[in-house]
Amino acid sequence: MIELFLVFLVFGLLGVVLVFMNKLLGPKKPNPIKESPFECGSPYLQEGINPVPIMYYMVAFLFLLFDIEVVFFFPWALVFKEMGSTALVIMFAYIFVLVVGFVYAWKKGAFKWEL
Amino acid sequence: MSDILIVLFKIMGTLSWFLTLTLYLTWLERKESAVMQDRVGANRANILGLRIIGLFQPFADAIKMIFKEDFTPRFSKKFLHMMAPFVSFFFVAVTITAVPFGDYVKIAGKTVKLQILDFNVGLLFILAMLSLGIYGVILSGWGSRSRFSLIGGMRGAAQIISYEVALGLSLIGLIMVYPTLKLSSMVHFQGEMILGFIPQWGVFLQPLGFIIFFFAALAETKRVPFDLPEGESEIIGFFAEYSGLKWGLFMMTDFMEIIIISTLITTLFFGGWQVPWLAADGFHFPWGGEWLLPHWIVVLFQVGAFNIKVFFFCWLQVLIRWTYPRYRYDQLMDLGWKLLVPLSLINIVGTGIVMSL
Repeated sequence: MIELFLVFLVFGLLGVVLVFMNKLLGPKKPNPIKESPFECGSPYLQEGINPVPIMYYMVAFLFLLFDIEVVFFFPWALVFKEMGSTALVIMFAYIFVLVVGFVYAWKKGAFKWEL
Repeated sequence: MSDILIVLFKIMGTLSWFLTLTLYLTWLERKESAVMQDRVGANRANILGLRIIGLFQPFADAIKMIFKEDFTPRFSKKFLHMMAPFVSFFFVAVTITAVPFGDYVKIAGKTVKLQILDFNVGLLFILAMLSLGIYGVILSGWGSRSRFSLIGGMRGAAQIISYEVALGLSLIGLIMVYPTLKLSSMVHFQGEMILGFIPQWGVFLQPLGFIIFFFAALAETKRVPFDLPEGESEIIGFFAEYSGLKWGLFMMTDFMEIIIISTLITTLFFGGWQVPWLAADGFHFPWGGEWLLPHWIVVLFQVGAFNIKVFFFCWLQVLIRWTYPRYRYDQLMDLGWKLLVPLSLINIVGTGIVMSL
Protein backbone atom coordinates (compact mmCIF):
# COMPACT_ATOMS: atom_id res chain seq x y z
CA MET A 1 0.00 0.00 0.00
CA ILE A 2 2.96 2.33 0.58
CA GLU A 3 3.51 2.37 -3.18
CA LEU A 4 -0.04 3.55 -3.85
CA PHE A 5 0.31 6.27 -1.23
CA LEU A 6 3.62 7.48 -2.67
CA VAL A 7 2.25 7.46 -6.22
CA PHE A 8 -0.79 9.52 -5.26
CA LEU A 9 1.40 11.90 -3.24
CA VAL A 10 3.94 12.52 -6.02
CA PHE A 11 1.40 12.84 -8.84
CA GLY A 12 -0.93 14.97 -6.70
CA LEU A 13 1.86 17.37 -5.74
CA LEU A 14 2.94 17.61 -9.37
CA GLY A 15 -0.64 18.39 -10.42
CA VAL A 16 -1.06 21.09 -7.76
CA VAL A 17 2.26 22.70 -8.70
CA LEU A 18 1.33 22.72 -12.39
CA VAL A 19 -2.09 24.27 -11.71
CA PHE A 20 -0.67 27.09 -9.58
CA MET A 21 2.44 27.76 -11.65
CA ASN A 22 0.85 30.51 -13.74
CA LYS A 23 -0.33 32.33 -10.62
CA LEU A 24 3.22 32.39 -9.30
CA LEU A 25 5.22 33.05 -12.45
CA GLY A 26 2.85 34.76 -14.87
CA PRO A 27 2.06 38.49 -15.13
CA LYS A 28 -1.01 39.85 -13.33
CA LYS A 29 -2.75 42.67 -15.21
CA PRO A 30 -6.51 42.06 -15.05
CA ASN A 31 -9.05 44.20 -16.87
CA PRO A 32 -12.83 43.76 -17.38
CA ILE A 33 -12.59 42.74 -21.03
CA LYS A 34 -10.03 40.08 -20.26
CA GLU A 35 -12.19 38.61 -17.53
CA SER A 36 -15.33 38.33 -19.62
CA PRO A 37 -16.09 34.85 -20.88
CA PHE A 38 -14.39 34.02 -24.14
CA GLU A 39 -17.31 32.04 -25.67
CA CYS A 40 -15.39 31.29 -28.83
CA GLY A 41 -14.82 34.93 -29.77
CA SER A 42 -18.36 36.35 -29.87
CA PRO A 43 -19.32 38.92 -27.19
CA TYR A 44 -21.23 37.28 -24.37
CA LEU A 45 -24.99 37.86 -24.18
CA GLN A 46 -25.83 37.08 -20.58
CA GLU A 47 -24.32 36.04 -17.29
CA GLY A 48 -23.94 32.33 -16.86
CA ILE A 49 -26.01 29.78 -18.67
CA ASN A 50 -29.67 29.06 -19.27
CA PRO A 51 -30.94 25.52 -18.82
CA VAL A 52 -29.88 23.54 -21.89
CA PRO A 53 -31.64 20.42 -23.18
CA ILE A 54 -29.48 17.44 -22.31
CA MET A 55 -30.04 14.72 -24.84
CA TYR A 56 -27.65 12.43 -23.04
CA TYR A 57 -30.05 11.64 -20.23
CA MET A 58 -31.12 8.28 -21.63
CA VAL A 59 -27.53 7.44 -22.54
CA ALA A 60 -26.49 7.95 -18.91
CA PHE A 61 -29.23 5.61 -17.72
CA LEU A 62 -28.28 2.92 -20.20
CA PHE A 63 -24.66 3.31 -19.19
CA LEU A 64 -25.50 2.64 -15.56
CA LEU A 65 -27.45 -0.51 -16.44
CA PHE A 66 -24.95 -1.95 -18.87
CA ASP A 67 -21.83 -1.07 -16.93
CA ILE A 68 -23.17 -2.90 -13.88
CA GLU A 69 -23.74 -5.87 -16.16
CA VAL A 70 -20.15 -5.58 -17.36
CA VAL A 71 -18.96 -5.67 -13.75
CA PHE A 72 -20.81 -8.97 -13.23
CA PHE A 73 -18.89 -10.42 -16.18
CA PHE A 74 -15.47 -9.97 -14.57
CA PRO A 75 -15.67 -12.60 -11.76
CA TRP A 76 -17.30 -15.05 -14.17
CA ALA A 77 -14.51 -14.60 -16.73
CA LEU A 78 -11.87 -15.17 -14.04
CA VAL A 79 -13.20 -18.61 -13.02
CA PHE A 80 -14.31 -19.67 -16.51
CA LYS A 81 -11.35 -22.00 -17.11
CA GLU A 82 -11.85 -23.88 -13.86
CA MET A 83 -15.62 -24.24 -14.09
CA GLY A 84 -15.71 -25.34 -17.73
CA SER A 85 -19.06 -25.94 -19.44
CA THR A 86 -21.19 -25.18 -16.34
CA ALA A 87 -19.98 -21.60 -16.50
CA LEU A 88 -20.93 -21.44 -20.16
CA VAL A 89 -24.53 -22.54 -19.49
CA ILE A 90 -24.87 -20.07 -16.60
CA MET A 91 -23.54 -17.28 -18.73
CA PHE A 92 -25.81 -18.08 -21.67
CA ALA A 93 -28.80 -17.47 -19.41
CA TYR A 94 -27.30 -14.19 -18.20
CA ILE A 95 -26.38 -12.98 -21.70
CA PHE A 96 -29.88 -13.92 -22.90
CA VAL A 97 -31.48 -11.65 -20.28
CA LEU A 98 -29.00 -8.90 -21.15
CA VAL A 99 -29.75 -9.18 -24.87
CA VAL A 100 -33.49 -9.04 -24.24
CA GLY A 101 -33.02 -5.78 -22.34
CA PHE A 102 -30.70 -4.46 -25.02
CA VAL A 103 -33.13 -5.25 -27.85
CA TYR A 104 -35.98 -3.69 -25.87
CA ALA A 105 -34.02 -0.46 -25.40
CA TRP A 106 -33.08 -0.46 -29.09
CA LYS A 107 -36.69 -0.99 -30.25
CA LYS A 108 -37.92 1.72 -27.88
CA GLY A 109 -35.54 4.10 -29.64
CA ALA A 110 -33.24 4.79 -26.71
CA PHE A 111 -30.24 5.09 -29.01
CA LYS A 112 -31.99 7.51 -31.35
CA TRP A 113 -30.68 11.04 -31.59
CA GLU A 114 -33.65 13.38 -31.29
CA LEU A 115 -35.18 15.94 -28.97
CA MET B 1 13.73 2.71 4.12
CA SER B 2 15.57 1.44 1.07
CA ASP B 3 12.26 0.06 -0.25
CA ILE B 4 10.69 3.53 -0.14
CA LEU B 5 13.74 4.97 -1.91
CA ILE B 6 13.45 2.33 -4.62
CA VAL B 7 9.74 3.11 -5.09
CA LEU B 8 10.45 6.85 -5.25
CA PHE B 9 13.22 6.23 -7.76
CA LYS B 10 10.86 4.13 -9.90
CA ILE B 11 8.17 6.82 -9.70
CA MET B 12 10.65 9.49 -10.82
CA GLY B 13 11.86 7.31 -13.67
CA THR B 14 8.36 6.52 -14.88
CA LEU B 15 7.29 10.13 -14.55
CA SER B 16 10.23 11.48 -16.52
CA TRP B 17 9.71 8.84 -19.25
CA PHE B 18 6.02 9.71 -19.37
CA LEU B 19 6.40 13.50 -19.46
CA THR B 20 9.21 13.40 -22.01
CA LEU B 21 7.17 11.15 -24.26
CA THR B 22 4.15 13.44 -23.83
CA LEU B 23 6.19 16.49 -24.83
CA TYR B 24 7.69 14.76 -27.83
CA LEU B 25 4.32 13.43 -28.92
CA THR B 26 3.26 17.06 -29.54
CA TRP B 27 6.35 17.41 -31.71
CA LEU B 28 5.56 14.13 -33.48
CA GLU B 29 2.00 15.26 -34.11
CA ARG B 30 3.12 18.54 -35.70
CA LYS B 31 5.81 16.87 -37.79
CA GLU B 32 3.61 14.03 -38.96
CA SER B 33 0.74 16.33 -39.93
CA ALA B 34 3.28 18.51 -41.75
CA VAL B 35 4.62 15.54 -43.70
CA MET B 36 1.10 14.45 -44.59
CA GLN B 37 0.18 17.95 -45.80
CA ASP B 38 3.48 18.46 -47.64
CA ARG B 39 4.76 21.13 -45.25
CA VAL B 40 7.98 21.37 -43.25
CA GLY B 41 6.51 21.64 -39.75
CA ALA B 42 8.02 23.10 -36.59
CA ASN B 43 11.75 23.66 -37.21
CA ARG B 44 12.61 27.15 -35.92
CA ALA B 45 13.23 26.58 -32.20
CA ASN B 46 16.98 26.43 -31.59
CA ILE B 47 19.68 26.63 -28.97
CA LEU B 48 22.65 28.74 -30.19
CA GLY B 49 21.59 28.11 -33.78
CA LEU B 50 21.38 24.37 -33.29
CA ARG B 51 18.00 23.29 -34.70
CA ILE B 52 18.00 19.46 -35.06
CA ILE B 53 14.67 19.35 -37.01
CA GLY B 54 12.81 21.30 -34.33
CA LEU B 55 13.50 18.92 -31.45
CA PHE B 56 13.61 21.84 -28.98
CA GLN B 57 10.12 23.00 -29.95
CA PRO B 58 8.23 21.16 -27.14
CA PHE B 59 10.48 22.75 -24.50
CA ALA B 60 9.99 26.21 -26.01
CA ASP B 61 6.21 25.65 -25.92
CA ALA B 62 6.30 24.45 -22.32
CA ILE B 63 8.43 27.38 -21.11
CA LYS B 64 6.20 29.87 -22.92
CA MET B 65 3.12 28.28 -21.36
CA ILE B 66 4.52 28.51 -17.82
CA PHE B 67 4.97 32.29 -18.04
CA LYS B 68 1.49 33.07 -19.36
CA GLU B 69 -1.04 35.10 -17.39
CA ASP B 70 -3.59 33.12 -15.45
CA PHE B 71 -7.12 34.52 -15.68
CA THR B 72 -10.52 33.06 -14.88
CA PRO B 73 -13.75 34.36 -16.41
CA ARG B 74 -15.83 36.57 -14.09
CA PHE B 75 -18.90 34.31 -13.91
CA SER B 76 -17.05 31.06 -13.53
CA LYS B 77 -17.26 28.90 -10.43
CA LYS B 78 -13.70 29.58 -9.29
CA PHE B 79 -13.09 26.42 -7.32
CA LEU B 80 -14.47 24.01 -9.92
CA HIS B 81 -12.70 25.94 -12.66
CA MET B 82 -9.42 25.42 -10.83
CA MET B 83 -10.10 21.79 -9.89
CA ALA B 84 -10.95 20.57 -13.39
CA PRO B 85 -7.45 20.57 -14.96
CA PHE B 86 -6.02 18.97 -11.84
CA VAL B 87 -8.59 16.15 -11.83
CA SER B 88 -8.19 15.61 -15.53
CA PHE B 89 -4.39 15.43 -15.29
CA PHE B 90 -4.13 13.45 -12.07
CA PHE B 91 -6.36 10.49 -12.90
CA VAL B 92 -4.93 9.94 -16.34
CA ALA B 93 -1.31 10.31 -15.22
CA VAL B 94 -1.70 7.90 -12.29
CA THR B 95 -2.66 5.00 -14.57
CA ILE B 96 0.85 4.74 -16.04
CA THR B 97 2.14 3.44 -12.70
CA ALA B 98 0.20 0.16 -13.03
CA VAL B 99 1.78 -0.75 -16.38
CA PRO B 100 4.71 -3.21 -16.40
CA PHE B 101 7.70 -1.83 -18.30
CA GLY B 102 9.72 -5.02 -18.01
CA ASP B 103 10.05 -8.15 -15.91
CA TYR B 104 12.60 -7.47 -13.13
CA VAL B 105 16.13 -6.20 -12.64
CA LYS B 106 18.70 -7.67 -10.25
CA ILE B 107 20.73 -4.86 -8.70
CA ALA B 108 23.17 -5.61 -5.86
CA GLY B 109 21.40 -8.81 -4.88
CA LYS B 110 17.95 -7.20 -4.90
CA THR B 111 15.18 -8.14 -7.32
CA VAL B 112 13.35 -5.00 -8.43
CA LYS B 113 10.15 -5.26 -10.46
CA LEU B 114 9.94 -2.83 -13.38
CA GLN B 115 6.42 -1.86 -12.36
CA ILE B 116 5.33 0.43 -9.53
CA LEU B 117 1.86 -0.82 -8.60
CA ASP B 118 1.56 -4.57 -9.10
CA PHE B 119 -2.07 -5.04 -8.00
CA ASN B 120 -4.08 -8.21 -8.28
CA VAL B 121 -6.74 -6.00 -9.86
CA GLY B 122 -4.39 -3.90 -11.98
CA LEU B 123 -6.67 -3.95 -15.00
CA LEU B 124 -9.68 -2.78 -12.97
CA PHE B 125 -7.52 -0.06 -11.38
CA ILE B 126 -6.61 1.28 -14.83
CA LEU B 127 -10.21 1.16 -16.08
CA ALA B 128 -11.46 2.90 -12.92
CA MET B 129 -8.88 5.69 -13.11
CA LEU B 130 -9.51 6.25 -16.82
CA SER B 131 -13.24 6.61 -16.24
CA LEU B 132 -12.71 8.96 -13.29
CA GLY B 133 -11.01 11.22 -15.83
CA ILE B 134 -14.39 12.27 -17.22
CA TYR B 135 -14.91 14.35 -14.06
CA GLY B 136 -12.24 16.67 -15.42
CA VAL B 137 -14.15 17.07 -18.66
CA ILE B 138 -17.54 17.69 -17.11
CA LEU B 139 -16.25 19.92 -14.28
CA SER B 140 -14.45 22.16 -16.75
CA GLY B 141 -17.61 22.40 -18.84
CA TRP B 142 -19.78 23.23 -15.84
CA GLY B 143 -17.29 25.36 -13.90
CA SER B 144 -16.57 27.74 -16.78
CA ARG B 145 -20.22 28.87 -17.00
CA SER B 146 -19.90 29.29 -20.73
CA ARG B 147 -22.37 27.70 -23.13
CA PHE B 148 -19.81 26.31 -25.52
CA SER B 149 -17.82 24.78 -22.70
CA LEU B 150 -20.96 23.22 -21.26
CA ILE B 151 -21.93 21.67 -24.60
CA GLY B 152 -18.40 20.33 -24.98
CA GLY B 153 -18.38 18.88 -21.48
CA MET B 154 -21.77 17.20 -21.95
CA ARG B 155 -20.74 15.73 -25.27
CA GLY B 156 -17.51 14.46 -23.77
CA ALA B 157 -19.27 12.80 -20.84
CA ALA B 158 -21.88 11.15 -23.07
CA GLN B 159 -19.25 9.89 -25.49
CA ILE B 160 -16.99 8.47 -22.83
CA ILE B 161 -19.74 6.65 -20.94
CA SER B 162 -21.11 5.24 -24.20
CA TYR B 163 -17.79 3.71 -25.17
CA GLU B 164 -16.95 2.64 -21.62
CA VAL B 165 -19.40 -0.28 -21.95
CA ALA B 166 -17.79 -1.58 -25.15
CA LEU B 167 -14.33 -1.05 -23.63
CA GLY B 168 -15.18 -3.16 -20.60
CA LEU B 169 -16.94 -5.90 -22.59
CA SER B 170 -14.10 -6.25 -25.10
CA LEU B 171 -11.70 -7.18 -22.29
CA ILE B 172 -13.90 -9.98 -20.90
CA GLY B 173 -12.81 -12.38 -23.64
CA LEU B 174 -9.19 -11.64 -22.84
CA ILE B 175 -9.72 -12.33 -19.13
CA MET B 176 -11.37 -15.64 -20.01
CA VAL B 177 -8.26 -16.67 -21.95
CA TYR B 178 -5.73 -15.43 -19.36
CA PRO B 179 -7.65 -15.98 -16.11
CA THR B 180 -6.12 -13.08 -14.19
CA LEU B 181 -6.53 -9.34 -13.72
CA LYS B 182 -2.92 -8.84 -12.68
CA LEU B 183 -1.10 -7.14 -15.52
CA SER B 184 2.32 -8.64 -14.80
CA SER B 185 1.02 -12.24 -14.84
CA MET B 186 -1.05 -11.42 -17.91
CA VAL B 187 2.19 -10.50 -19.68
CA HIS B 188 3.82 -13.71 -18.37
CA PHE B 189 1.00 -15.77 -19.91
CA GLN B 190 1.69 -14.12 -23.24
CA GLY B 191 5.25 -15.44 -23.22
CA GLU B 192 4.05 -18.98 -23.89
CA MET B 193 3.71 -20.40 -27.39
CA ILE B 194 0.88 -21.69 -29.55
CA LEU B 195 1.93 -24.77 -31.60
CA GLY B 196 5.45 -24.22 -30.34
CA PHE B 197 6.35 -21.18 -32.41
CA ILE B 198 3.61 -18.48 -32.42
CA PRO B 199 3.81 -16.33 -29.28
CA GLN B 200 0.55 -16.46 -27.31
CA TRP B 201 -0.23 -12.75 -27.65
CA GLY B 202 -3.70 -11.38 -27.07
CA VAL B 203 -4.06 -10.24 -30.64
CA PHE B 204 -3.76 -13.83 -31.93
CA LEU B 205 -6.19 -15.23 -29.36
CA GLN B 206 -8.67 -12.34 -29.37
CA PRO B 207 -8.53 -10.59 -32.76
CA LEU B 208 -12.11 -9.31 -32.56
CA GLY B 209 -11.62 -8.18 -28.97
CA PHE B 210 -8.55 -6.24 -30.05
CA ILE B 211 -10.43 -4.40 -32.81
CA ILE B 212 -13.31 -3.48 -30.48
CA PHE B 213 -10.89 -2.37 -27.76
CA PHE B 214 -8.92 -0.23 -30.22
CA PHE B 215 -12.01 1.59 -31.52
CA ALA B 216 -13.46 2.11 -28.04
CA ALA B 217 -10.10 3.34 -26.75
CA LEU B 218 -9.76 5.76 -29.68
CA ALA B 219 -13.16 7.17 -28.75
CA GLU B 220 -12.03 7.52 -25.13
CA THR B 221 -9.11 9.71 -26.13
CA LYS B 222 -11.52 12.29 -27.61
CA ARG B 223 -9.48 12.91 -30.76
CA VAL B 224 -10.41 12.90 -34.44
CA PRO B 225 -12.43 10.94 -35.70
CA PHE B 226 -14.18 11.07 -32.29
CA ASP B 227 -13.36 14.67 -31.35
CA LEU B 228 -16.93 15.94 -30.87
CA PRO B 229 -16.31 17.29 -27.34
CA GLU B 230 -13.50 19.37 -28.76
CA GLY B 231 -14.63 20.10 -32.32
CA GLU B 232 -11.94 22.70 -32.99
CA SER B 233 -13.86 24.08 -35.98
CA GLU B 234 -17.20 24.48 -34.17
CA ILE B 235 -17.27 24.77 -30.35
CA ILE B 236 -13.58 24.76 -29.26
CA GLY B 237 -14.66 22.49 -26.46
CA PHE B 238 -14.74 22.13 -22.71
CA PHE B 239 -11.45 23.98 -22.23
CA ALA B 240 -12.45 27.14 -24.14
CA GLU B 241 -12.19 29.34 -21.02
CA TYR B 242 -8.75 28.23 -19.88
CA SER B 243 -5.39 29.88 -20.34
CA GLY B 244 -1.74 29.15 -19.81
CA LEU B 245 -0.69 25.98 -18.07
CA LYS B 246 -4.25 25.09 -17.04
CA TRP B 247 -5.10 24.74 -20.70
CA GLY B 248 -1.76 23.03 -21.10
CA LEU B 249 -2.83 20.38 -18.59
CA PHE B 250 -5.85 19.54 -20.72
CA MET B 251 -3.66 19.26 -23.79
CA MET B 252 -1.15 17.12 -21.89
CA THR B 253 -4.00 14.89 -20.72
CA ASP B 254 -4.95 14.39 -24.34
CA PHE B 255 -1.48 13.21 -25.29
CA MET B 256 -1.11 11.21 -22.08
CA GLU B 257 -4.27 9.33 -22.98
CA ILE B 258 -2.70 8.39 -26.30
CA ILE B 259 0.30 6.97 -24.46
CA ILE B 260 -1.88 5.16 -21.90
CA ILE B 261 -3.96 3.59 -24.66
CA SER B 262 -0.78 2.53 -26.47
CA THR B 263 0.70 0.97 -23.33
CA LEU B 264 -2.59 -0.81 -22.63
CA ILE B 265 -2.83 -2.21 -26.16
CA THR B 266 0.79 -3.29 -25.91
CA THR B 267 0.38 -4.91 -22.51
CA LEU B 268 -2.92 -6.64 -23.15
CA PHE B 269 -2.75 -7.59 -26.81
CA PHE B 270 0.87 -7.41 -28.00
CA GLY B 271 2.75 -9.19 -25.26
CA GLY B 272 3.92 -6.20 -23.23
CA TRP B 273 7.67 -6.49 -22.77
CA GLN B 274 7.80 -9.98 -24.28
CA VAL B 275 10.14 -10.52 -27.19
CA PRO B 276 9.23 -13.68 -29.16
CA TRP B 277 11.29 -16.67 -27.96
CA LEU B 278 13.20 -14.60 -25.37
CA ALA B 279 13.28 -16.30 -21.96
CA ALA B 280 14.97 -15.04 -18.78
CA ASP B 281 18.36 -16.47 -19.83
CA GLY B 282 18.35 -15.73 -23.57
CA PHE B 283 16.72 -16.72 -26.84
CA HIS B 284 15.39 -20.25 -27.35
CA PHE B 285 14.43 -20.57 -30.99
CA PRO B 286 11.67 -23.02 -32.03
CA TRP B 287 14.00 -24.66 -34.56
CA GLY B 288 16.30 -25.69 -31.74
CA GLY B 289 18.92 -22.94 -31.66
CA GLU B 290 19.92 -21.13 -28.51
CA TRP B 291 21.49 -17.75 -27.88
CA LEU B 292 22.25 -17.20 -24.20
CA LEU B 293 22.57 -13.60 -23.00
CA PRO B 294 23.57 -11.94 -19.72
CA HIS B 295 20.78 -10.66 -17.47
CA TRP B 296 21.10 -6.94 -18.18
CA ILE B 297 21.00 -7.42 -21.97
CA VAL B 298 17.77 -9.41 -21.61
CA VAL B 299 16.32 -6.54 -19.54
CA LEU B 300 17.39 -4.05 -22.21
CA PHE B 301 15.72 -6.21 -24.88
CA GLN B 302 12.49 -6.35 -22.85
CA VAL B 303 12.28 -2.63 -22.09
CA GLY B 304 13.30 -1.81 -25.66
CA ALA B 305 10.61 -4.08 -27.09
CA PHE B 306 7.99 -2.46 -24.85
CA ASN B 307 9.07 1.01 -25.95
CA ILE B 308 9.09 0.14 -29.65
CA LYS B 309 5.58 -1.30 -29.44
CA VAL B 310 4.32 1.76 -27.54
CA PHE B 311 5.93 4.16 -30.03
CA PHE B 312 4.34 2.26 -32.91
CA PHE B 313 0.84 2.60 -31.47
CA CYS B 314 1.39 6.29 -30.63
CA TRP B 315 2.43 6.84 -34.24
CA LEU B 316 -0.58 4.88 -35.50
CA GLN B 317 -2.98 7.00 -33.45
CA VAL B 318 -1.47 10.24 -34.72
CA LEU B 319 -1.77 8.86 -38.26
CA ILE B 320 -5.46 8.05 -37.69
CA ARG B 321 -6.05 11.51 -36.22
CA TRP B 322 -4.74 13.22 -39.36
CA THR B 323 -6.38 10.85 -41.84
CA TYR B 324 -10.07 10.68 -40.99
CA PRO B 325 -12.84 13.31 -40.83
CA ARG B 326 -15.03 13.77 -37.77
CA TYR B 327 -18.08 11.61 -37.03
CA ARG B 328 -21.55 13.10 -36.80
CA TYR B 329 -23.10 12.70 -33.36
CA ASP B 330 -25.73 10.10 -34.21
CA GLN B 331 -23.15 8.10 -36.16
CA LEU B 332 -20.93 8.14 -33.07
CA MET B 333 -23.72 6.81 -30.85
CA ASP B 334 -24.67 4.21 -33.47
CA LEU B 335 -21.11 2.93 -33.69
CA GLY B 336 -20.81 2.68 -29.92
CA TRP B 337 -24.16 1.18 -28.95
CA LYS B 338 -25.41 -0.60 -32.06
CA LEU B 339 -22.16 -2.06 -33.39
CA LEU B 340 -19.45 -2.34 -30.74
CA VAL B 341 -21.62 -3.54 -27.83
CA PRO B 342 -23.36 -6.38 -29.79
CA LEU B 343 -20.03 -7.34 -31.38
CA SER B 344 -18.33 -7.61 -27.99
CA LEU B 345 -21.21 -9.77 -26.69
CA ILE B 346 -20.74 -12.03 -29.72
CA ASN B 347 -17.03 -12.09 -28.95
CA ILE B 348 -17.69 -13.27 -25.38
CA VAL B 349 -20.09 -16.01 -26.49
CA GLY B 350 -17.74 -17.12 -29.27
CA THR B 351 -14.75 -17.25 -26.94
CA GLY B 352 -16.76 -19.26 -24.41
CA ILE B 353 -17.89 -21.80 -27.00
CA VAL B 354 -14.41 -22.21 -28.53
CA MET B 355 -12.84 -22.65 -25.09
CA SER B 356 -15.34 -25.29 -23.94
CA LEU B 357 -14.91 -27.42 -27.09
